[in-house]
Amino acid sequence: MIGPDSDLAPDQPSLLARAPWWLLALALAGALLGWHIVTDDLWRDIATRLASGLGVTLLVTAIAFPLALALGLASALALVSPHPIRRQVATLYVQVVRGLPVLVQIFLVAFVLVPLGVEAVRALGALLAPLLEAENPFAGLRASEVPMVARVVAALAFAYGAFEAETLRGGLTSLARGQAEAARALGLSRGQALRHVLLPQTFRRVLPTLGNDFICLLKDSALVSVLGVRDITQEARLYQSATFRYAESLVLLAFFYLSLTLLVALAVRALEHRLRRHAA
Amino acid sequence: MPPEATPILEARRLVKRYGRVIALDGVSLAIQPGRVTAILGPSGSGKSTLLRCLNFLVRPESGEVRLDGVFSDLDQARALDAHRARVGMVFQQFNLFPHLRVRENIALAPRVVRRLGPAAALALADRHLARVGLADKAEAFPGELSGGQQQRAAIARALAMEPAVLLCDEPTSALDPELTGEVLAVLRQLAAERVTMVVVTHDVAFARAAAQEVVFMDAGRIVEQGPPEQVIVAPASERARRFFGREAAG
Repeated sequence: MIGPDSDLAPDQPSLLARAPWWLLALALAGALLGWHIVTDDLWRDIATRLASGLGVTLLVTAIAFPLALALGLASALALVSPHPIRRQVATLYVQVVRGLPVLVQIFLVAFVLVPLGVEAVRALGALLAPLLEAENPFAGLRASEVPMVARVVAALAFAYGAFEAETLRGGLTSLARGQAEAARALGLSRGQALRHVLLPQTFRRVLPTLGNDFICLLKDSALVSVLGVRDITQEARLYQSATFRYAESLVLLAFFYLSLTLLVALAVRALEHRLRRHAA
Repeated sequence: MPPEATPILEARRLVKRYGRVIALDGVSLAIQPGRVTAILGPSGSGKSTLLRCLNFLVRPESGEVRLDGVFSDLDQARALDAHRARVGMVFQQFNLFPHLRVRENIALAPRVVRRLGPAAALALADRHLARVGLADKAEAFPGELSGGQQQRAAIARALAMEPAVLLCDEPTSALDPELTGEVLAVLRQLAAERVTMVVVTHDVAFARAAAQEVVFMDAGRIVEQGPPEQVIVAPASERARRFFGREAAG
């Protein structure tokens, strides 16, 4: 990104001014913590405890984000669709989800929508089974059998799908009109034009926002702890309630999240840099 | 002059309004194969709207367009795609795809629409790049080319679909004056190769030199039509006399 004054700056800022001091400061703090973890039994205990929740944090994020992206893409296409009904349904989804706190959505999905969905599946099974001359395969299905981690993933995907919908819609509509015209003039169908011409350019354009949303989702995955799912936040809380060692476990929890988010931020930057080497 | 052949592309009684403005007021036009038709006229006369109706980038309110005598149904998405695949278009702003290399820009539609294999599509792209003198730019991205080179690549992209007709919408209007020559040279070369073209242009000298048929439009209607030596040099209507007189003076 080039700032408005960059053309006017007389010369390159010095190496001292360009060095990523913020990263150095964080790395120092990280090294200090790492040293504690290696040398101090208490810190090592906490770190091991938190690390046991790392898999859940990563799993929730890694499954919820692609789902949110898929939901967001479908909604974005509906938002720019010529069909009024698709536009209305997508707008309803985006407005409702954007207007609710993510925490409230997690409770709603986990304790209202999932039980309702299970009821619906069971009822559908009961309705269709006689027609197929079979037992209702869903007769024994209970809402309590749906694991909390699955409910949380569904809730986060649902919540973030609305953000991605707005991001992708914005990216799509920011493309020059001539791009769609040129693709259609060559005989590409609407779907082919989207797939080969419009969406690749949209993704390049919104990549920084997508990276940002991914980091937000990674952080919001901490909300799964309210359902008792044992991610790193929940492990920290369990540890605290057993030992009352708040300061150490919270500092380490922050260290875990920052390591993950910084890693993602640097990866997104590298990807942006690679894509920006060519083309507008 | 030989007797009129069947038109390759034909518009009948096209009507298009933008709000209260009538852009096309019942325009009919027949394009003969192997000839260059230039559409001239003042700004807002409906030239570009007419051109864009010929491949349905603009949807006419009434009237019809026939390609090879076959009526293209506006309500059938597939029929429209098939129509557009056979009618090439060159835009004022080039509209190359910035995320694809020049060669991929050209190979995309042959691969996706005509379902050529990747290797065949790329070979076709290289052939058409050579045709417009850009063989050495195949691996470049559009952003690395000059305006004139971009427009030549856009012409190659349209030609690679081997269209029945090539439509050009003010192909040199977005170019610096010193870059228009290379684009006009390519268009003249295509004319010599008997590529059927319909060119909307402000360049009267080019129309006079390259076109066999000149259409003069004003206020959504075709005012005069005929060979350039008639329409441009000795126009019958007062409106055309004023337009070409001003052009000659300016």
